[in-house]
Amino acid sequence: MLASLFKFRGGVKPASHKDESTRAPIVRAPLPARLVVPLRQSAGGTPLPLVKAGQKVLKGERIGAPEGSFSAAIHAPTSGTVLSIEHRMLPHPSGLSAPCVVIEPDGEERWIERVPANYAAESPDALRDLLRDSGIVGLGGATFPSHLKLKPGASGRIGNLIVNGAECEPWITCDDLLMRERAGDIVRGIAILRHIASAERVLIGIEDNKPQAIAAMRAATARSEGIEVVPVPTRYPAGGEKQLIRVLTGIEIPYGRIGPEFGVQCFNVGTAWSVHRAVELGEPLVSRIVTLTGNVERPGNFEVLIGTPIDDLLALVGPKGDTDRYVMGGPMMGFTLPRTDLPVTKAANCILAASPALFPPPGQEMPCIRCGACTRACPAELQPHELYWFSRAKNFGKAQEYHIFDCIECGCCAYVCPSNIRLVDYYRFAKTSMRALEREKNASDAARLRFEFRNFRTEREQKEKAERLAAKTAAARQAIAGGEKPAAAAPSPAAAEQTPALPHLDEAKKALIAAAVERARAQKEGVQPKNTDNLAPEKQAEIREIEARRAKVREIAKTPPEEPV
Amino acid sequence: MNGTSPHLHLPISVRLIMFKVLAALVPGIAVYVWFFGAAILVQIALASAAALAGEAAMLRLRGKPVGLFLSDGSALVTAWLIALTFPPIAPWWLTVSATLFAIVVAKHLYGGLGQNPFNPAMVAFCVSIIAFPALMSKWPAVGFTDFSAQMAVVFQSQSAQDAVTMATPLDALRTQLHVPEARATVAGVLGSHASFGNIGGKGWEWIALAYLLGGLWLLQQRVITWHVPVAFLGVLALIAGGFSLANPDRYAGPVFHVVTGGAMLGAFFILTDPVSGATTPRGKLIFAAGVALLAWIIRTFGAYPDGMAFGVLLMNLCVPLIDMGTQPPVFGHKDEQKGGTP
Repeated sequence: MLASLFKFRGGVKPASHKDESTRAPIVRAPLPARLVVPLRQSAGGTPLPLVKAGQKVLKGERIGAPEGSFSAAIHAPTSGTVLSIEHRMLPHPSGLSAPCVVIEPDGEERWIERVPANYAAESPDALRDLLRDSGIVGLGGATFPSHLKLKPGASGRIGNLIVNGAECEPWITCDDLLMRERAGDIVRGIAILRHIASAERVLIGIEDNKPQAIAAMRAATARSEGIEVVPVPTRYPAGGEKQLIRVLTGIEIPYGRIGPEFGVQCFNVGTAWSVHRAVELGEPLVSRIVTLTGNVERPGNFEVLIGTPIDDLLALVGPKGDTDRYVMGGPMMGFTLPRTDLPVTKAANCILAASPALFPPPGQEMPCIRCGACTRACPAELQPHELYWFSRAKNFGKAQEYHIFDCIECGCCAYVCPSNIRLVDYYRFAKTSMRALEREKNASDAARLRFEFRNFRTEREQKEKAERLAAKTAAARQAIAGGEKPAAAAPSPAAAEQTPALPHLDEAKKALIAAAVERARAQKEGVQPKNTDNLAPEKQAEIREIEARRAKVREIAKTPPEEPV
Repeated sequence: MNGTSPHLHLPISVRLIMFKVLAALVPGIAVYVWFFGAAILVQIALASAAALAGEAAMLRLRGKPVGLFLSDGSALVTAWLIALTFPPIAPWWLTVSATLFAIVVAKHLYGGLGQNPFNPAMVAFCVSIIAFPALMSKWPAVGFTDFSAQMAVVFQSQSAQDAVTMATPLDALRTQLHVPEARATVAGVLGSHASFGNIGGKGWEWIALAYLLGGLWLLQQRVITWHVPVAFLGVLALIAGGFSLANPDRYAGPVFHVVTGGAMLGAFFILTDPVSGATTPRGKLIFAAGVALLAWIIRTFGAYPDGMAFGVLLMNLCVPLIDMGTQPPVFGHKDEQKGGTP
């Protein structure tokens, strides 16, 4: 049965430029002299290092433990020696740095003991743990830990599994080549994902500009029940997770909701391939396919060890002289790399050499004329021009009302804008500002809560103390009144403990007096806030001096004057 | 800054959009010249010069990059629309001062390109027809196409103007039907008056057809969407048709209304102004329907021959409200708006 296609609104059709990098098969990139493996490679916490400098590691050995559940493990991409664990800059738009394990390969590529698993015999929970420990994250670029995406929703299962082979960004072809060359392994990975999610139906969406990939995947799934390869119209961003789910199932997942709530979940073909390697071969995620294209002499796709310096890869393809920057990811959503000596991460699907001729800078920014081109192009069906006005005016409340957080930053609006307004940058600004405000608000809320609780606690303690004393007093009074009767009716065990026995009248009296003194002291302390605490020693000395002088004056005042004045 | 995505951009610009609008006006102007003489070209030139001069002066005053904005074509679009809605033999100073008013007051005092809440050309038209009703209703008589004679009127070197002017079809119809004792009927007026052609006014139906051609090209070029022209012409025809059916003697038919006056120019070139019009699809429908209703009421019952300009300005006022009330549901939020969860 052929799945009926739904449409997503908006989208654009930039020139695809896929031919450049699909002429040659995937090439294994040579082992570099150094590997820099960032410990943080998923949209989660930063794993803690498990190795020390000087330690020998094997290929596939765990070098970073997943931190909490929202993280995945990190492994040595090859065998060699750990040189150091140090902060290095990551390929990230902000140029942030994070702890990285620097490994010097020994060139032997000696694996750890690989233990293949028979997934059909394993429980979904065990397989999810296996994926986490194998470092499996979404290879489409978002690097979301895969084991978390496989938690079924309320219904206990994920009915529809969507496999994303759309690859809609221009220039990028790593998924295309992977599907052409390793369709069988991808389908094996899909079977594992399907088993974990207990999904009934699997839909593999591939843009119809990749006929060879479609044919290969069709051949690989020919004898699989309930798995269907569906060519989808070539229109960016057809490979956006929400757009692909919409096209294949008609389900629209809004911001803040997740697929399993709607009985659907989406995985990239590269992720499926690495799931197969992890489960059926026992090989954790240590490499990925990277497209190297754009303004280079020999564009192509390479199987690259995670941690390989990008410079080493660029040497393989020969960037042309007028290359002015490198973009990681595609031209629609990728970011300019701050430097090129950064390592390949699990998120690196494409390194794109850009030149002014290939990617001309947009013209001079003009005022918005509300032409509506952005609205027609927006796949999230937002009103980008309204969001632009609100973001510009820092009217964040309005921006949120107009669903700014539903923006997937696909760049369609800025791509079509005749006024060359960098619309996505305005949304990023608004979103970041709002998140910062939210954080501030949360911090001040927490501070207020702390303060209120402190007040509550002080009050409670005072009350408890007063109650205790009152009880003591009552007991003592009773003791006085009832002669030798012990204070058996002490209301709280604490009070009873403090006054273990009141056998004598004298003792009771003493207690009464002590209670009165204590009460007076507590009152004095409670009522009079001292502003003389926490002062510098000189100040305190000064205060003491003044107090002494005052006491002296009081003393003098007490003695009657010898002569009337 | 090239650091952030997207790194790709369509080779498109505000200038390109504006020049496409100007190009789409050319067929209409050509037919206009054929029927009413070359005076319109002089008016377009006058208005263009005034618009560019006013724009340059304002940009200079506001400290904006003069060259960049002057070449965006938006001032020229305003100028051409003013010239095309004014009588072709309007005195030169009226065209010039109205254009300056449009650029300086209606456009730049509100913040320039992209900020004006009112359509500048329609502001110019309304101000002029209120201030100079006699001059604004002076249209060349049929056959008065002699260029030098027209120029004499435009530049007022002669005073033999009354002999060469006459009312427009809309004006004539309105005036004669408004005189009760004349017992005029629509058919009677249409048949008797020299300015009427076969369907609309003499020549008007052809000019309207040429505007339609240009408008369809703009649609094909995706400069405008179908919502405004369809809603405007549809509603105008519907109202006119309904009343005409009920009382054919008193109310002109839908075809007459659609091909005469500023209807076709308005449908494709004036109401479609993105800056001052509604932006949501449903908002565009409401906006255009509102203009159609107002235009028909003013044409039929009002004191002015054509209600287009007033209709546009009145609906411009409502745009923020319309846009606010017609926000389409966002991806994934459709069921929420219906009140249920998916």
